[in-house]
This record gives sequence, C-alpha cells and structure tokens, in this order.
Amino acid sequence: MSINKEQDFGTPASSAAQLVTLEIDGFKVTVPEGTSIMRAAATIGIDIPKLCATDSIEPFGSCRLCVVQIEGGRGMPASCTTPAAEGLKVVTQNQKLAEVRRGVMELYISDHPLDCLTCSANGDCELQDMAGAVGLREVRYNPIETHLDAVKDESNPYFSFDPSKCIVCSRCVRACEETQGTFALTIDGRGFDSKVSPSQNQSFMDSECVSCGACVQACPTATLMEKSVIDHGQPEHSIITTCAYCGVGCSFRAEMKGEQVIRMVPNKDGKANHGHSCVKGRFAFGYATHKDRMTKPMIRANIKDPWQEVSWEEAINYAASELMRIQAKYGKGSIGGITSSRCTNEEVYIMQKLIRAGFGNNNVDTCARVCHSPTGYGLKQTFGESSGTQDFDSVMKADVIMVIGANPTDGHPVFGSQMKKRLRQGAKLIVIDPREIDLVKNSPHVTANYHLKLRPGTNVALINAIGHVIVTEKLMDEVFVNDRCDIASFAKWETFIAQEHNSPEATEAITGVTASTLREAARLYARANNGAIYYGLGVTEHSQGSTMVIGIANIAMATGNLGRDGVGVNPLRGQNNVQGSCDMGSFPHEFPGYRHVSDPDTHKLFETAWQAELSNEPGLRIPNMFDAAFDKSFMGLYCEGEDIAQSDPDIQHVHAALRSMECVIVQDIFLNETAKFAHVFLPGASFLEKNGTFTNAERRISPVRKVMSPLTGYQDWEVTQMLSNAMGYPMNYKHPSEIMAEIASLTPTFAGVSYEKIDQLGSVQWPCYDEDSVGTPIMHEETFMRDNGKGLFMLTEYVASAERTSRNFPLILTTGRILSQYNVGAQTRRTKNNAWHAEDRLEIHPHDAEDRGVKNEDWVGIKSRAGETVLRALITDRVQPGVVYTTFHFPESGANVITTDNSDWATNCPEYKVTAVQISKVSQPSEWQEKYQAFTETQLDLLEQGISNG
Amino acid sequence: MKIKTLIRMANDIGDFFNAESNKEVAAEGITKHILRSWDPRMRRDIITYLKEDGSELSALAKVAVSRLDQS
Repeated sequence: MSINKEQDFGTPASSAAQLVTLEIDGFKVTVPEGTSIMRAAATIGIDIPKLCATDSIEPFGSCRLCVVQIEGGRGMPASCTTPAAEGLKVVTQNQKLAEVRRGVMELYISDHPLDCLTCSANGDCELQDMAGAVGLREVRYNPIETHLDAVKDESNPYFSFDPSKCIVCSRCVRACEETQGTFALTIDGRGFDSKVSPSQNQSFMDSECVSCGACVQACPTATLMEKSVIDHGQPEHSIITTCAYCGVGCSFRAEMKGEQVIRMVPNKDGKANHGHSCVKGRFAFGYATHKDRMTKPMIRANIKDPWQEVSWEEAINYAASELMRIQAKYGKGSIGGITSSRCTNEEVYIMQKLIRAGFGNNNVDTCARVCHSPTGYGLKQTFGESSGTQDFDSVMKADVIMVIGANPTDGHPVFGSQMKKRLRQGAKLIVIDPREIDLVKNSPHVTANYHLKLRPGTNVALINAIGHVIVTEKLMDEVFVNDRCDIASFAKWETFIAQEHNSPEATEAITGVTASTLREAARLYARANNGAIYYGLGVTEHSQGSTMVIGIANIAMATGNLGRDGVGVNPLRGQNNVQGSCDMGSFPHEFPGYRHVSDPDTHKLFETAWQAELSNEPGLRIPNMFDAAFDKSFMGLYCEGEDIAQSDPDIQHVHAALRSMECVIVQDIFLNETAKFAHVFLPGASFLEKNGTFTNAERRISPVRKVMSPLTGYQDWEVTQMLSNAMGYPMNYKHPSEIMAEIASLTPTFAGVSYEKIDQLGSVQWPCYDEDSVGTPIMHEETFMRDNGKGLFMLTEYVASAERTSRNFPLILTTGRILSQYNVGAQTRRTKNNAWHAEDRLEIHPHDAEDRGVKNEDWVGIKSRAGETVLRALITDRVQPGVVYTTFHFPESGANVITTDNSDWATNCPEYKVTAVQISKVSQPSEWQEKYQAFTETQLDLLEQGISNG
Repeated sequence: MKIKTLIRMANDIGDFFNAESNKEVAAEGITKHILRSWDPRMRRDIITYLKEDGSELSALAKVAVSRLDQS
C-alpha cells in the first residue's frame, strides 16, 4: 500500500487492439478486449469494492467482494475475473449486491483484530476502507476459533509479518510469483487452516524471500508492514524521485513526514520499474542519515595530520589555491578530476566543464572507465552511438534472450524480474558465464536452454565461434545486412569469421565449451524471430572488453536483431548514472554527446558557449593519472562521489599514487577509502538532498528530487560551482534545470530535453532531438547513427589475456556482485542489508577446495602476482573447477589488492574478471589487511582529533 | 609516464588492429586510436622510447608510433 492514493484499477491493462463497448451502471465504456469489468468500471470512475484484486497482478477471484450482476447472466460473477464483452449491461450496486458484500466483510472482520485506532495501517488500510464502503455496522459471529493470536514474524529487518491481520487474499503470494518471480510465498493448509507461508513454514529471513517488498506493497492490511511505518506512523506527503542504486533507475515515491523519509515506495507509473523494486531501492535508504555522514568541510596539509573542520568558504578557497599552486608549479595538465556514476547528470556536466574550461585541460574521467567504457567504444564504432539500443520493456517481445557476463537477478534485480517474467512466458534463454548465475537453474520456472560455461578471459573466442556458425551455416539476415550495414565491412568480417580458427571445434580448446553445444546455442539465437542480447561487466572488464562488445554488435547485425522491439544489444549498467555520466562528457577525449575534443566544429561550439580557451587534446584517463602521479606530472585531483581507493584495480598502486599527489580533494557523503588519502574533504549530499537527473541503462532521463534539505547546507553542484568561481572561472547557475538547459543547447541528442518535459512525461529517453519529441525507446530503427547511417562490422581476433595461470597461480579469480550490497558498499554497508551479506566470501569449487584441504568457512589466502588477501571460503559448484569468485563490497576484503593492472586495449577498462591466483588455508589476515587496518585506525583517529578541535 | 605501461598499451592496440590483413590500414588504425585517446605526454614518451630503443614494441606498433611522430 501507499499513502499516495493513486488509482488502483484492480486488474492489469489489456494490450489488445480490438475494442469492446459495454454499459456499466448506465454509462457506456469502450475498452480493449480482455479488460476486466472491474477495470472497465474503474476507467469511468466506478470503484467496485475489492480486496484480493490489485492492478499489479492477475485477478484471482477469491474475496467475492467485487461481485456484479450482468443483464441476462446468471448469478453474481466476480468483476475482476469476468472480461468485458461487447454489449454487456453491468450493474455494480444494488440491494442484493450490497447484502452479499456486507456478508463477505462480516466474515472477514469476524477473524480480524478490531484495533484499528492503534493499527499501523490506520488511514491506509483497504480492509478498513471496504468495511466503510459496504456499510458494515455489526459482526454477528462469535467464532470459537480465530487466528488472532498468531505469532508475528519480525525476522526481516525492514518489514513485519503479522498473520493475525492476514485475510489470506493471496496478493502477497501472487506478487512474489508474478511481480518478483521468486515464488518464496505460498498458502499453506486448506480452509480455516490456510495461511501465508514463506517457503516451508519458515521465517521470512530463512526463506527464499529476497526482500524486494512486492508483498508488502500488495498487502491490503497491516499484515505485511514496513517497520519504519510501525515506528513513525503514516507518512503525510510524497515526492517522486529516482533510485540511486543500480542502472535500472527505478522510480520511487519518497513518502515523508516533514523532512523524514518514512518509506520508499516504487512508483507504479515508473517506466523502468512499473511499480516494482528491490531490497536496495525499497529499503536501504537509511545510509542517508547514518551517523557516519560527514557534514562539515575539512582540510589538512598532509595526510598524516589531523583533519581540521573549517567553513565552506575556507575549504573552497584552500582547495582552489592548492589546485592553482600545483598548476603554477607543475603545469596546466598537472591537475584533473574524476566524476562518478553516482552523481547526477548536472553535477557531472559542470564538473567536466570546470575541468575543461576552469582547469584548462581535459583531465576528466569517470568511474565508467572501470566498468562500461568498452561499451562506449564498441557501440560507438559499430552502431554510431555509445548506448544500448532498447528500452527495458523490449524484453517482453524477445523470443530468445542471450545473457552474457551479467547477473540480472543480483545486479539489476527489477529488470531481472521482468526478464524472468518473459522467460516464464516461454522465451528461450542462453547464458554465457563462467559461473552458474541464478537464471541458469536457480530461479523458479526458469531454466537456461544453454549455459555456455566458458573459461574466464575467452569471451572473444566464443563470440567469434557464434559468428562462425551464423556465417557458415547461412543463418544471416541478408536483407538486413544489405540494407542497413556497411557492405564492405561485412564482406571482410564474413571472410574473417568463416576462417577455421574461429570455428566452435577450434575454439573448444580455448573456451572449454563443447562445439556441438555452442553450435546449438548459436542456431537458437540466429533463428529466433526476436533475439535479444543483454550483457554486463563480464563482457567489458577484460583485456579484450571492447573487442567483445564489437563481437556482440557483429552477430546482432548479422542476424538482423536490431532496430525493432524485442531485439537489440543491451548493456546492463552497474551504477545508477553510468549512462548519464558518460553522456555528459566525462571522458577525457569527448565533450558531452560523445563528440571528440579535436572535432573543430564541436570544439568551437564549446569554446564559444563557455567563453574559454579549451584544449583539443585528450586528457589523462584514471589509470594514466595514477601513473603520471609518480613522475610528478599529475599532482592534484578533485574526486567527486567515487571511491577509487577501493574500487580500482591493483589497489596498492592506486594508494601509492594518491600518496604521491600534493592535493587530493574528495567530495563524498562519507569519509570513504579515498578520503583517507585526501587533503580537502567536501561533504556531499545524498540523492535525497538534491535536484537533478539520472540516466539509466535504457537512456531514460529521470528526475532526482530533493525531498530533504542537504545536511551540509549545499547540493553537490553548488559546491562544484563554488570551487569553479574560486578558481576564477565563473558559474552562476541558480538551479540544475539551468544546467540541463545548457546541456540541451549544446548537445543534439539532448536538444529536446528539459525539466518541464521530464515533469510532464515522468522521464525522457534520449535521443530527443527537438521540443516536439518524446524521446526514443528503440534506437537505429531506420538507420544507424554513424555518419553514413550504416552499421559497421569490425574484425575481432581473439587474443589471450596476458594474465595466465601457472604452477604458482593455477586458478582464475573472477569478481562480481550480490543482490543486497551495492558496488563498494559505502551505502549498503551502512544499512540493515548486512543481514544478508556481512562479508565478502571466496567461492571455490569442491574439487579445488579438497585439493587444498579447505573446508567451508575456512580462512583462505588468495595470492596473485599483484598482492594477497584473506577471505572466508564458500564451497560451491556454482563455480567451475579452476575458477574462484568473490565480491568486492567490503574494503577490508581487499579484492582489488589481488586484481592486476591489465586492461582493455581500447579504453583501459581493468581486467577485473581474470586474475591468476593461488589459494591456501591460512590462520591470520594478510599483511596488506593488517596494514590497512592500522591505516584506517590512524585515519579515524585523525578525523576524531579534527572533530574534537573543531 | 611508466614506459612499460605505454609499451603494453601500444602493443595491445596493435594486437586488435593486427586482424586487418592490410598492414597499412592496420598501422593507420593504431596511430589514429592513440592520437584520439592518449594524452600528449603519453604520446611524447612512447615516441621518445621508439627513438631511443623501441625493442619491446611490436612491428606494427613501431610503424604506428613512428607515424605519430610525423602527425
């Protein structure tokens, strides 16, 4: 339920083209065929009483409250399960119906606590509303047996389950099945004994429940209720904003009491999430007011000094003077900045503007460097634009879904649920991943038709083999290729890919995937009416990440799986604003809109608009900045919202580089790992405290709205603006909408984007070329965005990673993420999500564990050529022999102590997914972990001293 | 800049373009890629390395880097 009384139509909309006209209570209504009578009535403002129906799930017809009478029909059918039909005459209110409804309600209330005044749902209870609607005035029954003493389940940290208030309407059960696709809930028992049961009569926490909140949202009573509502009461107003976690970009209603967020409720009208959510967006927002939040600016001359709390003015002036001092001493190119996918579009835009126009160089980069930069490169080269091709809803038209190096149910859970829904409808699934993700066989009623369990680092050999099958077995869409693609490049690729060394039989020894299986999977994709590819960091974070993205684009073009609903190449972006931060020009070689800094027209456009002399040379990428720090050519860094000291590879190298710099400025909501190496700390605002926009993985620009005042007094864009002004480059924006207006004026793909349009439509997908455009859900429908409009095939020779296994390092480590934690964990570790995942573990196959005498939960040392750390072992056959896996959500885990500095040839995206390691049983933390612990304690002490003195 | 890193980067770029059978086109691809994505100080250092040693650069990368010097 939700404080916002948005209309509930009772049953889902029908997408049928055929219309029918009927009469309800004397009013004519025309609706698509298949629409329920309940929904048809709701569309003309007639609310039929209901309890078991809600428009997010299919009708069930169990409560009998929604009965109606149909002229010429028999009995009283349930309006939720009875479809509207041509010429029907329906009556929703008469004496007979009223008596039946009162009888139904009387039975419900006879086994329901009468504690409405003290109930947490008071004011937001559908049972209460229906009792009023049907005019229930007495309960004549005095049952001998009731459920009123049923015991509460308080195991979930975010919501309570009180079965004494349950009316067994099954809305929670159906939401878990239909919306989330987890099937964790069931109705156990029959008749009077019927009750909602998580798994096999387990507690919610012990069950398969993933805490997405769909059941809580669906519950019409106080049975499933947010603990925050129980604690604080009903919210009194709500504001629509966008989640700050993954790249799905779910729309939420922040439900408030004054400036306190009571709960985050998924927005039914959200076009990315359609009213669904995951455990992070729905519940894990408490970090915004966590005691660790930093709210005062601080400075220090040396990282061995205590922090000193200072005024904003002093901090900004100190930061500006240090940056200018460094430039005077080491040169114009000696400073730069790093933006983050956690920043809004507007923040990123003015950050890169400050660097290009204020610093006078192009040393700006973003955390997409370490995740999806190969997507930007590969798709720009082949399709002409650095973005995915579809909207999320497109998956509902896919017949064959290929998931490569992604784990949607954990990394992009709300889209994962939508994908599972399509798979349950019968779409076929090919999973290409070294590890057995949940979609392979651990999601109810979903099984991968093929799981190509390849060896880490062999993606390109595998995609080439798929291309080989497509070409040599003549599975191409020749019409598409001839009409839409660059024919010369296709001819070259066709010759290349048909070579024997790309055949499945030849690549089998490289990938470990049997030729026959690969051929079958390739045929399945190529022959699909609609074949759609979804991929993640398992594609990009390799030394051949860009080559693999190109390989994916090649097979999609060859099979004609582009330019319409149900197909496409879809990068699943890790963080909320990866797409946006890239769009906004935060790469060192590109202005906003992916235009190269050396392009004369673009260069002139920005010089004129920004009234500044701009460099036309590419700047330093993040890893280049670190290297340049050692030769003293890069000595000052402004880092906003990104924790490079935890998230970047070969972390000891990163730490040494940060120590080498003379001024590190960190702007963040917490004293993160990078801040421990900083000289200036500028406290940031959480997504709840600022206005702006995020752009999700489907290019959807959605509003971020301030629901509470910034704890620091400033929104982040204001801080960057103050720094810019202090450095002598004036900025005078009054509101982020002005920044977006400037972006639109300078970027053709954003030309039609405005805050007014976003407010009006809820969100806008770029490209949006003019005022009249409502955006572009599907790209490349008529032509590709390359200069000649044709898709470009490129050659993708497989080159083995330089990171090889050896006698000393016989296993391959690959990394990933888990549902309950997010990225470096700075946010989710400061929430109750730790109840699900309180530490990173090392997954190891039983054979490898046995060889090393490792038992479950043993501490194991993980040693690579770059470093060593210690984690606890989790023995599982989800990983294949020879491969180990871990997550990187906790800094003390030191996952990136082990990863190497190998990177993608085109973009320097790190090769996180392939590190040769050895595993051994140990009894104490690694040397690095001990040093890290000591360093952290020192830094916290220096912080404490600063606060005490402040 | 760390020259070993730059050598590896240049060779890795070379490995991608090496798939092109026309080595003129391949070398041009490498040169263009470096020009469009490397900071000038990185380009300066790899050119200096080629002039002073160059032994660890692949044959194709050498051609491409020498063209960088002329561009």
